[in-house]
Amino acid sequence: MEAIGNILWAIISFYNFLLIRIVIVLVMMLMTAAYLVYFERKISAWAQNRLGPNRVGWYGLLQSFADVFKLLFKEDIVPDNANKKIHALAPMIALFVAFTTYAVIPIGPGITIAGFDIPMVIADVNIGILYVLALTSVGVYAITFAGWSSGSKYSLLGGIRSSAQMISYEISMGFSIGGVILLSESLRPMAIVESQSGWMWNAFIQPIGFITFLVSAFAETNRLPFDLPEAEPELVGGYHTEYSSMKFAAFFLAEYANMLIASTLIVTLYLGGWQIPYIETLGLSSGLVLALQVAGFFVKVGVLLFFFIWVRWSIPRFRYDQLMNLGWKVMFPLSLFNIIWVAILIMIFKL
Amino acid sequence: MSGNNIPPKKRIKDLTFGEKIYIPEIVKGLSLTLRTMFKPKFTMEYPEEKFIPAGSYRGRPVLVEEKNGEERCVACGLCSRVCPALAIEVQAAETDREKERYPEKFEINMLRCIFCGFCEEVCPEEAIVMSKDYELAFSNREDAIYGKDKLLVPVDQLQDRIDFLRNYK
Repeated sequence: MEAIGNILWAIISFYNFLLIRIVIVLVMMLMTAAYLVYFERKISAWAQNRLGPNRVGWYGLLQSFADVFKLLFKEDIVPDNANKKIHALAPMIALFVAFTTYAVIPIGPGITIAGFDIPMVIADVNIGILYVLALTSVGVYAITFAGWSSGSKYSLLGGIRSSAQMISYEISMGFSIGGVILLSESLRPMAIVESQSGWMWNAFIQPIGFITFLVSAFAETNRLPFDLPEAEPELVGGYHTEYSSMKFAAFFLAEYANMLIASTLIVTLYLGGWQIPYIETLGLSSGLVLALQVAGFFVKVGVLLFFFIWVRWSIPRFRYDQLMNLGWKVMFPLSLFNIIWVAILIMIFKL
Repeated sequence: MSGNNIPPKKRIKDLTFGEKIYIPEIVKGLSLTLRTMFKPKFTMEYPEEKFIPAGSYRGRPVLVEEKNGEERCVACGLCSRVCPALAIEVQAAETDREKERYPEKFEINMLRCIFCGFCEEVCPEEAIVMSKDYELAFSNREDAIYGKDKLLVPVDQLQDRIDFLRNYK
C-alpha cells in the first residue's frame, strides 16, 4: 500500500504539482469559455435593449450547458464531398491550439507551500512568447483545413479569407511583441510581467504597439470587426458552414478559448500581468498580496473580455480589401514604428 | 443624352482626418452601445407578463353574450356569407323569446379564420366582434373548431372593442 501511495504522490507532486495545475487551468478555461458564450449573449442583448437568456437556471446561468448538451445530442453530418479525415481533424486542431497556448500564461507570482515552489503557470519556459506565436500560426491550419475539406464553396471562401487574414495580421502581431521583448529582454512571460513593475505597463510605454497588438488580436481570433472568415451575410457560416454537432461545438469553444487567450496575452504583455502597481508599499501580508495579484489578473482579463464582446456588438464588419489595406498599409508600418519608438526610449532613458 | 459630359460625381462630404483614423469614431460607437446597455429593456417576458392589445386589435372572433346570459346573435348568416375563408358555420333555430331566432349551432374553424374582421363589420346586431385573445394553439384539428361554448363571451369583457367600433366604424 505504501508503495502505491508513494507512486501516487510522486505522480501528483511531479514537477511541482504539474498535473494539478494543468487540471485547474483546464477547468478554469472551459468554464470561462462556457460563460463567455453566456455573457456574449447577455451583452449583445443589453446593447440592443433586450434581456438575453434568462430561462435556464438562475438568470439563465445554465444556458451554456444547455447549449452544449443540445449540440452533443445532435446528428453529426459530414458532407458527401468532404475529405472526411481532414474534416474531422480541423476542429481538433482548433481545440488543441486553443487549449495548449494557455500553458505559458502566468496567473500570478510563484508561491511556496510546505517546501514546494509552485509557479502559477503550467510551463515557465523561456521561449514562451515564441511558443504562443507558433501555436497561433498552427491555428490558421484548423480554419483553412475546415474550409478546404468541407467541399463547399462557402467554407472554402471562408478558409481562404481566414488564412490570408491571419497570416497578414500575425506579422503586425509579431512586430508589436518585438517592442515588448526589447524592453523585457526576455521571451519568458514571467520575465515580461516582472519587467512591467509599478506603472511601467507596456500599454503606457508603447501605446501604438498596444493598439496594433489589440487590433491584431481581434483579427487573429476572428472577432467581429474582422470576422470575415465566417461573415454570415456573405458566407453563410464561413469555414464552419458544413460542421454540426460536437465538431461545430469544438470550433465554437475554440473561438471563445482563443478570445480568452488573446485577453490573457494582452494582459501579460501590455497590462502588467498579475502586477498591481505599488501594492508592495501598502505593507499587506504576502498571502493577501498574492491573492490580490491573482484577482487583479482575472479582473484585467475580465475587462478585456468584456471589451472584446462590447466591440463585437458596436462596430460593423470591414470589407475584405479594407481589412487587407489596414493590415498591410497601417498596422504593419505602425508596429514597425513602435519598435523604433521603443528602441529610442531605451537609448534615451536606458530602461 | 450627353453621357460623356457628366462631371465626375462629387462626394457629399469627404472624410476628415479625424474620421479617417477611425479611433474617435470607434470610441463614439462604443460609447453609444455602452449607454444603451444601461437603458431600460423593452422585452416583455411573455408567459408571465402578457401583452394587452388596444381596442383596435383584431384577435379571435367571439360572440357577444348579453348580461342576462343570452346571445345577441340572430343567426342571420351574414357573417357566414361574407367570410372569405369560409370559416363560419351557422344554423338558425326558433325560440319563444322576444328575439325569435337564435343560432342553434355556431362554429368558427380557427384553422381557416384569417382575422379579417369582415364578420364583425357585416353583423347588424353587433353580435360578433374581434376579441383581444391571441393565444390560439391547438393540438389537433377538432380542437380548432370553436363551438358556442368557446365563442360566447360576456359583453363587459368586450367593451373596449365595442367602444372602438362605435367610434371608428
